[in-house]
Amino acid sequence: MKKSNIIMLIAALLPLGLFLFPLWNITLEAPQYPIPLGMNIHINDFADAHPHDIKNINLMNHYVGMKYIPDAIPEFKIFPIGIILSTLLGLIIAFKGNYKWFLGWFILMVVLSTAGLYDFYLWEHDYGHNLDPKAIMKFTNPDGTVMGFQPPLFGTKHILNFTAHSYPRLGAFLLGAGIFTSLIAYFVGKKQLNKV
Amino acid sequence: MKKLFNSTIGFIIIALVFTSCNNGESKSNSALSSNVAEKVYVAPGQHDEFYAFISGGFSGQLSVYGLPSGRLFKVIPVFSQDAEKAWGYNEETKPMLNTSHGFIPWDDSHHPDISQTAGKLDGRYIYINANNTPRIAKIDLTTFETTEIIEIPNSAGNHSSSFVTENTEYVVAGTRFSVPIPQRDMSIKDYKGNFKGSLSFLKVNPENGEMAIKFQILMPGFDYDLSHPGRGKSHGWFFFTTYNTEEANSLLEVNASQNDKDFIAAINWKKIEEYVNNGGGTKMPTNYAHNLYSDETHTATSTMINEVLTVNPLDVPGAVYFLPTPKSPHGCDVDPTGEYIVGNGKLSANLTVHSFTKMLDAIENKKFDGEAYGIPILKFEDVLAGSVEQPGLGPLHTEFDGKGNAYTTFFISSEVVKWKLGTWEVLDRKPTYYSVGHLMIPGGNSAEPFGKYVVAMNKITKDRYLPTGPEVTQSAQLYDISGDKMELLLDFPTIGEPHYAAGCPASLIEANSKKLYKLEENTHPYAAKSDADTKVVRKGNEVHVQMTMIRSHFSPDNIEGIKVGDKVYFHVTNLEQDYDVPHGIAMIGANTSELLIMPGQTETFVWEPKQVGVWPFYCTDFCSALHQEMQGYVRVSPASSNIELSWSLGDDF
Repeated sequence: MKKSNIIMLIAALLPLGLFLFPLWNITLEAPQYPIPLGMNIHINDFADAHPHDIKNINLMNHYVGMKYIPDAIPEFKIFPIGIILSTLLGLIIAFKGNYKWFLGWFILMVVLSTAGLYDFYLWEHDYGHNLDPKAIMKFTNPDGTVMGFQPPLFGTKHILNFTAHSYPRLGAFLLGAGIFTSLIAYFVGKKQLNKV
Repeated sequence: MKKLFNSTIGFIIIALVFTSCNNGESKSNSALSSNVAEKVYVAPGQHDEFYAFISGGFSGQLSVYGLPSGRLFKVIPVFSQDAEKAWGYNEETKPMLNTSHGFIPWDDSHHPDISQTAGKLDGRYIYINANNTPRIAKIDLTTFETTEIIEIPNSAGNHSSSFVTENTEYVVAGTRFSVPIPQRDMSIKDYKGNFKGSLSFLKVNPENGEMAIKFQILMPGFDYDLSHPGRGKSHGWFFFTTYNTEEANSLLEVNASQNDKDFIAAINWKKIEEYVNNGGGTKMPTNYAHNLYSDETHTATSTMINEVLTVNPLDVPGAVYFLPTPKSPHGCDVDPTGEYIVGNGKLSANLTVHSFTKMLDAIENKKFDGEAYGIPILKFEDVLAGSVEQPGLGPLHTEFDGKGNAYTTFFISSEVVKWKLGTWEVLDRKPTYYSVGHLMIPGGNSAEPFGKYVVAMNKITKDRYLPTGPEVTQSAQLYDISGDKMELLLDFPTIGEPHYAAGCPASLIEANSKKLYKLEENTHPYAAKSDADTKVVRKGNEVHVQMTMIRSHFSPDNIEGIKVGDKVYFHVTNLEQDYDVPHGIAMIGANTSELLIMPGQTETFVWEPKQVGVWPFYCTDFCSALHQEMQGYVRVSPASSNIELSWSLGDDF
């Protein structure tokens, strides 16, 4: 097996880490939460960072009319299938394909991940803006529009008394590492070919 | 008479000496060195180094303070009803205060003692005695709640209690007042020779700390005042001070102060345990309550037990001896090595210390000085380790720093005196303000004291604080004992009478402190674990409301169909699963207290509406921004009404 194909094999396997580690984390800090509330987003689950955190996030959020974080979303079924299929495809490429295919897999994964992030953004936007008209507390922006409570896609943001942090976790890093590794496999494969 | 006159003169001279001495001391004390404030300053948000559990005496409760700051964190209700926490008011905790005399709303809590493993504090439980209607309570140090109360039969004035042996094998409860055993109608004048004093040994279940009376030793009719276990070499023995060996039944202040020496009773409990394990002892019919609280059902049960195993000490030769000890000894304290037994002779000018090694030798060589009711009295000189000569007036209690020093309180001369074990020399003395009773060094009655601070607990404060009318606070005083000389750091007020205390490093307890009760573990029979479980059910004129509370509403919050003459049980479950989010509930006209319900817990109050109308209830603990909105209504119709029960939440718009 060629060196580049071995690298591609590793690249294809790395995203499987998403089944073991969370993809993303949202943490909410506030004065009355010295231990912050947190939610870990897995590819198939929303999980408490500490016991009961999601229940307590929901309790906080109902004051401003935000919907409860659902137990399950359709993505929890689609994402795992997507990861398994793309890994299978990557494995086939690692065993059968050449460096051009590696680049193809890299582009495919970048597109899929971008789509996933966009989907996540849409959900976040809906979660932060689709508010109950009977919300207990209604806030407006300085320009008079209704204030939204969308957590940041990436980074840190102040929302009323909360500071929200949204950052990738180990699962996302493994996915990213896999994608990046496939690009390395492409260059290594290309270099090897040029040597011949 | 002449002797009495002479000793009176002597007392006055000593008193004068110490009074002038105190004046000098207090002057130097008033110029507190500048770093004293730093020593007790615990910055906002920082935690104290030690927990101090200070009993409330006649308040019946146990308070939790931090040291060195002296900040009060919690008052744990134990033997007295507490309307703030619904202790003894809600249906769940009423059984905790049940006794063979029925429901008792109050008692006098005295001696907290922290459980031990291998002679060291383990921070699992605190045991504390009720003095008046004899009981021992267990407080769980994960929840800081009273989870068990057991009544002690054949006892009265349960004072030489509730001290634990070095592996918490036993909690011991001794009677202060001897009584007829079993109780019967007889002339008080026939006390002498007929009354008995019971010393109860409560076996502790190592799994859950629960107590069961294993045996009671029926001793001669003296007053058994205080006690402590042997430890290390003397593990297996227990020591009790006695007074009124005169067996007087009236004007005890005079008649019980006649004997030059009373006794410390030394009990070889291992020997008696072996005796009863082999079928020894006599079962006696009696009646006492054993009350247990469950953190799963959030409910207490009270069980009456009608038999107790008694032991006549004469049936177990070699198990009980008397050590003569001058002048009505009060505190009975054993040093960390287990060698020295201090008898704080409260009417004596000296402090008597017995030697455990010499005691064993005296027993072996039968160095007896007669007997009392068949119990051998050891020769005073042959058990005496030494005495601290004229250290002060009215010695009451001694604790140890683990560095070879002992600290004794003197009630009459209002001071703490530091002295050295073995040489018996006085090293230092500091005044207290005023009339000190017990003192406490964290772990000071274990094999490993944490000799950094001593807390003196004072009965009288007079001018020490802003006045509050005729009744002023009692108080605790904190001294730094890490150096050669004691240094007064802090005065702080206490609840009730700060009778005695137990302390330990915060690190032993802090990490185990529970944050909430898990809803899924709640097995209260009337728990509503979600809004779907809420309901209102009528059984004749009894109505059971299964209600939930969560920020910031009750469910249901509108109830109709209640009638005058109904007995309405509100079973309320706090659905929160977040730290420090209790909710309260109170109903207008309910003849009981509020409920204060912790996350995941269910509690019940009873309301018997007497008037037709629409009556509100509300949340009493400021729980959230919408706390003021956390309210509801109950419609009460005439008894003859045929309005059906109905309940709802949030469907009115």
